[in-house]
Amino acid sequence: MPLPSHLTIEIVTPDRAIVHETVDEARLPGAEGYLGVLPGHTPLLVTLQVGEIWFRRGSEKTWLHAAFGFAEILPDRIRILARTAERADEIDLERAEAAASRARERLATTSGDVDFERARIALLKSLSRLQVARRIGMRAAGKR
Amino acid sequence: MPSLIDLRRRIRAVKSTEQITKAMKTVAASKLRRAQDRIVGARPFAQLMRRVLSDLATRTGEAAAHPLLAPPVAPEAPTLLFLVTADKGLCGSFNSNLIRQGATFAVESDRKVAMGLVGRKGRDFFVRRGVDIRFEMVNLFNDLRYGHAEAMAETAIDQYTSGAASGVSILYNEFKSVMQQEVVVDQVLPIPALDASEGEENDAVSADYLFEPPAERIFSDLLPHHVETQFFRALLESAAAEHAARMTAMDAATRNAGEMIDGLTLHMNKVRQAAITRELIEVVSGAEAL
Repeated sequence: MPLPSHLTIEIVTPDRAIVHETVDEARLPGAEGYLGVLPGHTPLLVTLQVGEIWFRRGSEKTWLHAAFGFAEILPDRIRILARTAERADEIDLERAEAAASRARERLATTSGDVDFERARIALLKSLSRLQVARRIGMRAAGKR
Repeated sequence: MPSLIDLRRRIRAVKSTEQITKAMKTVAASKLRRAQDRIVGARPFAQLMRRVLSDLATRTGEAAAHPLLAPPVAPEAPTLLFLVTADKGLCGSFNSNLIRQGATFAVESDRKVAMGLVGRKGRDFFVRRGVDIRFEMVNLFNDLRYGHAEAMAETAIDQYTSGAASGVSILYNEFKSVMQQEVVVDQVLPIPALDASEGEENDAVSADYLFEPPAERIFSDLLPHHVETQFFRALLESAAAEHAARMTAMDAATRNAGEMIDGLTLHMNKVRQAAITRELIEVVSGAEAL
């Protein structure tokens, strides 16, 4: 089978389908670390962590925040089923910042395992959101 | 015989009722459109989830061993029935159909039935009837989120794996079309056998997946998500069906009000004409008497 030259990437959440595009390269937050995917990747099924996804088409990169779920990778296709996912421009910076400081506070004060784990995940999520949101901020500044 | 003034007053009253039902119909129509969009939006996720799961089930071979797929721990425990009703009324037979079906299910089942009540109408009905209630959630349809389905799934899985329930089903109105809703019962737990044929689309490549983490772990990670998706779909279907039912009911109500106004107006005109004729006769016969 000849190697495909492009990847079709689909990102869906329980609410909606977010992305359906043809791209050249993508990177996802896999269970054991970030993984880059190029066309012709071995079929792979991977669970996702909290983190950022990006995909590139030509020289244009798009960032997303995603948390949990899994991805099915085929030589010519990536299907991502995320529990939550947001495009960089959909992220509410102020809300994410507020969530981050709230989570930090709770991490400092709580002791129970469950609460601690929850706060840790909340912090991870908000940090990832912030990071993704800043990416487009950086790009906009670079163009100016 | 009602006087003219009484008739006018009644017509006015019916007219304002008509305006309310008409407004409710319009609101329901626009909410329905949004609810339908959400169903369509949720579909790819559910489909993909099922495909990957059935794929994995055939691959890992240890499918039957997972507690969510295995027969119940305590076969004698009651069945847990989730009943999804609406939060509000004025939607025709939507809620009463559900409640009737729920009661029938409880009577016909060969085991005891415990209930999980979602939606105010069903809760209000069963809470006073001494039913074994394991779960309650009201006021969710205004702002329906995936989190609601997660809460339901958590209770369902917990009850099933701990042996408090021997099975979990969900009873809800499925959205068939605007004119038609159908009450359906879906078995949620144990998860019905996953049909391998659904993964047919890319069998050629899927034969040699790599897994990260190992397939068994992904599989057991995914099963609870699958349960959540099922609950979420039921909630979305129910929400759309509710708006459709309300739209139809309010449309009928508006039409009835219109008919009533027509009838009353006709009657009023007759009464008025009778009064005029009577007065004329009185005047004429008065003139003759002179």
